[in-house]
Amino acid sequence: MADSSDGRPSGVIHDLGYRPYAGPRLGGREIAWSFFVTGLRNTFGLGRSGRSKVLPMTLFAMMLLPALILVGVLVQAKDVLGLDAQIVSYSTYPLTTQLLISVFVAAQAPALISRDLRFRSITLYLARPMPRTVYVLVRLASLAAATLVLIGVPLLLLYLGGLLADLPAGRETGRFLGGMLGAVLLALLLSCLSALVAALTVRRGLAVAGVIVVLLVSYTVVTTVQGIAVGTGHPRVGEVAGLFSPFTLVNGVQRALFDVPRATPTPPAGAAMGALYVAVVVLVVAGSVAALLARYRRVSP
Amino acid sequence: MTVIETVQLTKSYPSVTALDHLDVTVGPGVTGLVGANGAGKSTFIKILLGLVEPTSGSARVLGHDVVGEGAAIRARVGYMPEHDCLPADVSASDLVVHLGQMSGLPYAAARERASDVLRHVGLAEERYRPMGGYSTGMKQRAKLAQALVHDPQLVLLDEPTNGLDPSSRDDMLALVHRIGHEFGIAVLVTSHLLGELERVCDHVVVLDGGRLLQASATADFLGATGSLLVEVQGPTGADRLLGQALVDAGYAARPAEGTLVEVDVRDDATRDVVRDLVVDLGLGLVRMQERHHRIEDVFRG
Repeated sequence: MADSSDGRPSGVIHDLGYRPYAGPRLGGREIAWSFFVTGLRNTFGLGRSGRSKVLPMTLFAMMLLPALILVGVLVQAKDVLGLDAQIVSYSTYPLTTQLLISVFVAAQAPALISRDLRFRSITLYLARPMPRTVYVLVRLASLAAATLVLIGVPLLLLYLGGLLADLPAGRETGRFLGGMLGAVLLALLLSCLSALVAALTVRRGLAVAGVIVVLLVSYTVVTTVQGIAVGTGHPRVGEVAGLFSPFTLVNGVQRALFDVPRATPTPPAGAAMGALYVAVVVLVVAGSVAALLARYRRVSP
Repeated sequence: MTVIETVQLTKSYPSVTALDHLDVTVGPGVTGLVGANGAGKSTFIKILLGLVEPTSGSARVLGHDVVGEGAAIRARVGYMPEHDCLPADVSASDLVVHLGQMSGLPYAAARERASDVLRHVGLAEERYRPMGGYSTGMKQRAKLAQALVHDPQLVLLDEPTNGLDPSSRDDMLALVHRIGHEFGIAVLVTSHLLGELERVCDHVVVLDGGRLLQASATADFLGATGSLLVEVQGPTGADRLLGQALVDAGYAARPAEGTLVEVDVRDDATRDVVRDLVVDLGLGLVRMQERHHRIEDVFRG
């Protein structure tokens, strides 16, 4: 090998030959967990290139900013303004920030779902012990968990701020848990729908556009219809329209279950409409998962 | 030790029979799977991985049944697909570590193994660059590394030399030979080019239209079609003199390249007869070598 100028050998590579692996081999549960964690990290750009961290991290920061300001106002000016509750309720916060949440899901679902199909790297997973169904469900779980972090952490911030501002702890905890249940439902709905759109197209750009259309356009149409419904005195029409956007749907479920403050012009009124809202959430999630599994059954290794 | 064993293995699709009552046994070392495109090679591999169910018949890999024990097989088998399967935005190092974990290695072990196998396949500093910028040769090496990362007992290599220039092809074949002999990992390697397999394989299985055409040791193939090339020294026309003498003695002999004489090996005594005839004719025997026949000759016969 080459000697450096001072005469000592440098850069010597010893070929140790092939060394077999005799260490432990993990089972299916640990493999799935490791796959889940990797997917969750990747959704925030961790373990990926620096460029892919920019968008998710920026969106996450923008999600936290309003919560921070609200907490600041609540803690500092509670007595001045005569506040005895959160300025923006836990159930309303995701609606206020729905644009950020939609962009996050639209950008990250293709990164997680379409990528393996586009590069056909899914073959490398299928040739490993994890079954196809588990692959699909874990991918979905990673996306849902990442979306839950995005929606849930600001709510947690609001909750801690509320406790700091001496809001009644029992009442606040109940409302927070209700808000978190809503966050879980919303994260599930959004990731199921966006994963389905992303799995139907291998082109990243198309997938992003598809998810944007499904989430943003549906929300805009729903709120418009609800506005018109109230204006023309047909609230029932607005209540039905609320079923067609994940954001208004989940807010309606929280309104029906926990009687949270109204965040849309026409929240579901009556037990029957409330039950319909809950049923639609269950149906959409179950239907999307079934459609996803059917889609992946057609992927040839 | 039997690595792969199939009994009357059949796979029918609605329009075509991909595998037709195949009885194949594969042992340690390097086994070549030869056949034209569409001969059933890839279907065979996918059945061995437990990814495609056979229509009838059975197959066992490493003692596990391909139906029902696919996960156990995939945990100890490496697979290098024929098609592109590498995500462009990830480095070979990151991908191989991740896939090592997906095969059940703990993170630290996966990192160590990935570094080892990337060195063995010859990916140096470029392993840290995104694979989108790789040459075909580098991509094939990365694909091979991910198939080896979990120290499998068997690797299935589907057309590993596809698209490579002659020198990368030689490197890849040398690597395949090392895996089978130095690493102690059984190899099943497919190719539609017979010439390259005979250089590295101990055994060759020939598929044609989903049926087994021939399965035997590579040496048997070459021996059965062998002939001798003889070069003699003497007056002009010495080669024709020898050729005539051989024909008179009842051997099939013909002129070969230059002034060489080619004579078919009939039995163990053939070489002695050639030597004696050369001496009787008063010529000098310069060399007598086995003609390097190709497996292709089996098909020509």
